[in-house]
Formats: sequence, structure tokens, C-alpha cells
Amino acid sequence: MFAYYLDLAWHSLRRNPILTALMVLAIGLGIGASMTMITVLHVLTDDPLPGRSSQLFTPHLDPLPLNYKQGGDSPDAADNVTWPDAMALLKAHRAERQAAMAGGTLLVRPARADLRPFNVDGRYATADFFAMFGMPFEHGQSWSAADDAARAHVVVLSDTLYRKLFGNGSGIGQDVRLGEHDFRVIGVTADWQPKPMFYADPGAQHYSDVDQFFLPLSAAVDLKLSTNGNQSGWGKNDDSTSLTGATMTWLQFWVQLNSPAQAQAYRQFLVDYSAQQKAQGRFERPSTDAKLYSLMGWLKHENLVPNDVRLQLWLALGFLFVCMVNIVALLLAKFLRRSSEISVRRALGARRRDIFLQLGIESALIGVAGGVLGLVIAQIGLWSVRHRPDDYAQLAQMDMPMLLGTLALAIIASVVAGLLPAWRACRVQPALQLKTS
Amino acid sequence: MQMRPILSTLRRHKLTATLLTLQVAFTCAIVCNVAFMIASRVQRISVPTGMAEDKLAVIQSTSIEKGENQQAQHAADLAALRGLPGVQSAVAVSYSLPLDQSESSRGTCPSKQALDRAEQINSIEGSGCMQPTQYDGTPGLINTLGLRLVAGRDFRPDEYVSTGKPTVAIITRALAQHLYPDKQALGQSMYDGDNYIRIVGVVDRFLRPNLRKPGVDDDSMIWPQRPDGSSVLYVLRSAPKDRQRVLKAAAATLLKINPNRLIDPGRVQTYTQIRAKYFQRDITMISLLFASALGLLFVSALGITGLANFWVQQRRRTIGIRRAIGATRGNILRYFQTENFLIVSFGIVLGMLLAFALNLTLMKFYELPRLPLYYLPIGALVLWLLGQLAVLGPALRAAAVPPVIATRGV
Repeated sequence: MFAYYLDLAWHSLRRNPILTALMVLAIGLGIGASMTMITVLHVLTDDPLPGRSSQLFTPHLDPLPLNYKQGGDSPDAADNVTWPDAMALLKAHRAERQAAMAGGTLLVRPARADLRPFNVDGRYATADFFAMFGMPFEHGQSWSAADDAARAHVVVLSDTLYRKLFGNGSGIGQDVRLGEHDFRVIGVTADWQPKPMFYADPGAQHYSDVDQFFLPLSAAVDLKLSTNGNQSGWGKNDDSTSLTGATMTWLQFWVQLNSPAQAQAYRQFLVDYSAQQKAQGRFERPSTDAKLYSLMGWLKHENLVPNDVRLQLWLALGFLFVCMVNIVALLLAKFLRRSSEISVRRALGARRRDIFLQLGIESALIGVAGGVLGLVIAQIGLWSVRHRPDDYAQLAQMDMPMLLGTLALAIIASVVAGLLPAWRACRVQPALQLKTS
Repeated sequence: MQMRPILSTLRRHKLTATLLTLQVAFTCAIVCNVAFMIASRVQRISVPTGMAEDKLAVIQSTSIEKGENQQAQHAADLAALRGLPGVQSAVAVSYSLPLDQSESSRGTCPSKQALDRAEQINSIEGSGCMQPTQYDGTPGLINTLGLRLVAGRDFRPDEYVSTGKPTVAIITRALAQHLYPDKQALGQSMYDGDNYIRIVGVVDRFLRPNLRKPGVDDDSMIWPQRPDGSSVLYVLRSAPKDRQRVLKAAAATLLKINPNRLIDPGRVQTYTQIRAKYFQRDITMISLLFASALGLLFVSALGITGLANFWVQQRRRTIGIRRAIGATRGNILRYFQTENFLIVSFGIVLGMLLAFALNLTLMKFYELPRLPLYYLPIGALVLWLLGQLAVLGPALRAAAVPPVIATRGV
């Protein structure tokens, strides 16, 4: 029966090739535009560390004074952590693993004569950083808590920077000059680029920045290396601009908690810590303001998706909607015009259900064709997105679920669009139609 | 033209006519808002900077040796750059240029009393103080950038400082009006918490490095202060067509004078490139909005044509009968045109309401301003025209139906 209906649908569509083409084009355009934007939104809100993200959390303390005024456009000062708070949380050691970190850009002065000095982005961090985020090492290993305490001048390089500096030779144990200081290379990580770079400062380019080196935070603070990102201070004296001062937030802090019970306990610990700081007169806001964000919750809080992308998505969906209304009207006209044909079939014994199925298959066929066209249009759309200079542009690729999703959306859209016309058409009174013709 | 038969026909095709009306309504609502968004973005990207943009090129140099005498290096660099063929003038600025994103701004008050007021209410708003952008630069900045001095004078050579704060400044007309709404700004002394700074000149405009909101985007002041940092921007003025060549020569010259510096190839740009980069997202958005508006109108026209075609085919016999009893071709043509006009008009009425609802939603979530009323009649006109164009083909085909059809069976 199905094959027969398919055959009928094919014949009916071929009888009106221009109209069929127009319907396929309309649904293709709508689906193509929508899937382009849904894909962009999908990659922007994707899980940066699948499998590990559910165990990663970031504490959010609020050390700001009560009368602190947030600047209109600048990021929330409480999104970062002060040095004393970060050190206290590290020392408390209440999580499975914990690390404080901050971004920095340093000038690399290569030993090789054929390379001019250049700037690279990297991260100052504490020892747990590597194990907590599951960073894969290619050579050597990370530094230890003892190195942190000793403010050791050691560095872990990314594979790209390592090859650039040392070619194919071994650089482990050798010195690299970063800024004004020498650091001993102790490890090389595989190029590890979580997108978005969830652990970066709220002001970072989360989709395009890549860390090329990692060195102990204690050494960076000790040597007063330059840091990137938002530094918000509220102190009255010099304390407000000192990295180790209690009145400037600039660090990011992440913890690993393996179970919901651990997370709950850590949340309570943060509230207790805030209460204790408040009792000492350092914090002014309620201790219950202390929060613990999960990784995905943090990304939501940061709201990394640009407003323009959301607007584009709504625009595309609005476009799809108008296309759908269009197709409903065209299908309705088309099906109703075949009232006499339907009446003959009904008179010969076809049930309403059969007619409904037949017309449904015809709409689905349009949907399949529209979906294929939509896929092509979405690929063109994504190609054009990749040529934008936005920092997320390079990520705009369709994966398999998205590919199948496109086809499914197209078929669902066209079947839904066909429902009303098919229902209306199968309610035609056979006797009446047969008489008039 | 008799409306009655048209209305009664439409009543018989209630569902289809309603769908078409809905489609026109949604198209009208979306296209009106999209057109408004395009207009506001175009307005945003065409904001003037006050400079002779097409004559300027910029190159950034960052010294990598600590402890060098930076200002001596800048002077040597500038002398060499001015000697390049095609360069009309050259100046150095610390890092700020309009639309170049790195910005230094500071609270500045028209008087000490205003600052006290600001401290009392713990806010700069409502105190009379402003947050202007602060530009610096070597002598010749005004002329090199092509800023238009509308009052006062340029800085005198003895007013330039190498370190610390200067005692005079040139401000924009907008800042002058904001600081001193009801007196002459020239000659007044601004207070920034430590120093008094006298206004010696007023320029027409000088845009900020980062746009904030219209109204304060032109609040800038220029200090007679030579750049002192390891990183510096050299601004070169030349004929528009010479800019690329001048930039290439400048990069080579700077590295020849002193190779101990970084010149990021991404920061060797004509000013046109700086401007394009700042507005890149808006330009993308404009083209996307434009494409989607066209797409919507296209799909709507498609629907109208498709449906009209069906109706014409369906009514061939009726048309034949009408022709046989005396209707002219013109009557038939106008019948379909009027029918379309009616449907589109219903759509437009509903569409205007939807357009306002959509605009309210956008205002809430995307900080869009209110849709000006004149967009609605323009949108209506566009849709009426589109409808008439789309229906013309089918209507002509209907008019061509010969009366003899009436005598034949189906």
C-alpha cells in the first residue's frame, strides 16, 4: 500500500512540476536558514569537556562592598576571585581537586636565530589544573604542589609552541625565555582546546583563544608577569591594584567534585566561608550569596552566545514559519482541487484514513526533497558563517546529529504543514463532488 | 467593480484565504521590523569620526627592550616615517584612536563642586561630571588626523608634557556642551580630582574608541602629552591611494631603525580597515537582515502566485460563463486584482498589529528602539505592490480564458 501511495504522490507532484518545485524551494530555504542558525547555536552552547564537565564546578563568592557600583558594560566584578580567597579555598582542600588560574600574554624570545620574538597567550595556574581538566601530556609531566610553593620557574608548553621553538629536537629540561625570565620546560601537552574556553576570564574570546603555555601562578605573581582579563578593585589605597590584595578580583577558580553529595557539601562550605569572612568584617554581603556553579550552569550564567546570533536564529525561525504557512495554503489548494479524484476513491471504498495517509505521504515526499535542499542551503550558510571574522566562526560545522536533525525537521515540518490540508481534503463529501463533475 | 461576488467567493475559500492573509500579515510584521533594524544598523555604521579617514594609515610598534628611552625612539621613528615618499605628516599616539577599541577614559568635572556632588551621590550621573575618552599624541595631531578646530587654538609647543598631566586640553564640541551647558567652554578649567585643566580649543567631533550610546559617543578630549609606553601607534597621513605602499615602507623602515620591536601584521592597517573591523558584525547583520527580508517577500510572492494559479484553474468554467454573458477581459483581470488587493489588505491590517507586538518583544529582549510609525505605510505599499505583481500572471491567464469554455463540459 505504501509503495502505491508513494507512486500516487510522485504522479501528483509531477503533474504540477513548477508548483512542486516552489514548495520544495520554500521549505528548503526555511529549513536551510533555520538549521544554519541552530547549528551555530549548538556549537556555541556545546559541552566543552564531555564526560568530565559534570564533575567541574566554579565557586562564586561575593566580596564586593555593599555600595559597589557595577559599571554598565563591564563584566560582574564578583565573577572573578581575589587572591586571598583563592588561596584560602586552595588551602582548605575541601574538593577532590582545585586550582586557581589567570590568563596572561608573554613575549617569547626564541633561542633559534631564524625566529623573531612573538607574543603568546597562556595560563598561570596551580598544580591541580592539569589533572582536574584531564589534560593529555605528550612528553614530561606537570609541576607539583611543591613547585607551586617554591614559585618554581617551570613551564608546560602546548605541542604547537613546543614544535615551533624546538623543531623536532627534544626541549624537555631546556630553558625558554618568556618576558624577562627563563623557565625550564617540564612538559608538553597535546593541543587541548575546549570550546568554549570555559575557565577563562569573562572578557576573553572564549571560542578562539588558545593557551600555548602554562606556568605556576605563584611564580607569575612573584615576577609580576602581565595578566589578561578583567581586574576590578574597590580598595581605597594601593591595595586595590595589588594582585595579592584583598580588594581586587582577577582570578578564576575551579574545583572537581565527584558526586552530588560532595557538591552539596562544598556549597555549604562556601556559605560557611563567606559567613566567617563576614564575621571578620571583610565581606559585607549576605553569606548565602555564595554560589557554586556547575560547568554548564556557569556557561549559561556567562551568556557567551552573542545577542546577534540569537536574533539571527529567531529571524530564521520566523522565516521558516512563514514558509510553512505558505506551504499549508498551497497544499490545501492543491488537495481541494483534487476533490473529485478523492471522491472517486472514497466511492470505490477507500476509507478517510486511507486518503489521509495518501495525502500525508505526498506532503512527506515534499519534506524529504525540501530537507535535502535545506541541507545544501545550510552547508552554504555555514560556509558563509565560517568566513565571518567572529571568534566562533571556525566552529560552525555540522555534525552527524545535526545532519539527521535537519532532515527530521524538514520532514516533520512538511508533514505538519500537510496535516490540515489532508484532514480538510478527506472530509470532502463524495456524493456531492461526484454529482457536480 | 462589484465587491459582493468577490467577498462571497472568498467566504467559500475561507481557510485558504485566511492562510494567505496570515502569511501576508507575518511577512508584513517581520519585514517592517527587519527594515527598521537595517536602518538603525546602517545609521550606526555611518557615524562620523571627525577625521580625514581615507587619508590615514596606522602602524603599531611595541618595543621589547625594557629601559630604553621610548620617547627618543618615537622621535627618531617619526623623523624617519616623515621622510618616506608619500607621507604628508606623521604623529604618534599611545594606543587610542576612534573605533580602535583600546580606550582610556576618566571622570572629568566642570568644577570642583561638581566632583563633590558626584562623590556625595557615589555616581557620576546627575553630578554634571562626564566620562570622556582621553586621547594623547605628539605635536601635529589635529592637523594629521584632519580634526576641525571650531574655537580656540591648537596646542603651543611649550604646552606638551613628556610625563605627568598637562595643564591644558582640547575638547570636542559635544563634551563642551555636556560639561558647560549654559556657558562658553573655551577658557574654562575642568577638574579631574587632582588637577585643573584649561580648555584652549574645541574641535567639531572626535569619536570614542568604543561606542557607548548615542549622545556620549563624541565626548572626547585631547591632551598635549607625548606617548611614553613601550607600545605606540604611528598615524601616517598620505593620499588615499598611497596608503598600502606607505604602510609597507613604514614597517620595513621601523624594523631597520631598531629591530628590537614587535610589529604585529594585524596592526598594520589603513584606517578604513580599522573602521570595517569595528563594524564587521553590523555589516554581517545588515546583509543577513537584507537577505532574510528579500527571502520573505519572495516566499510570500510565491504563495500568492501559486494560490492564484490554482484559483484560476479551478474557476475556468465560471470565468467562461462570465465572459459569455458579457464580462470583458478587463473585468476578469480586475476581479483577480481586486481579490488579491482585499486579501493583502486584510493581511496588512493584521500585520501592522503584529509588527508592533514583535517590536515590543524585540525592545524587551534586544534593546531595540520603538518602531517609527512611518515604516507601516511603507511596508503596506511594498506588500500591495508585491501582491499585485504576483497576481498579475495568473490574472492575465484568467482574462485570456475564452467564453467558449462555458459551453463545454469539464
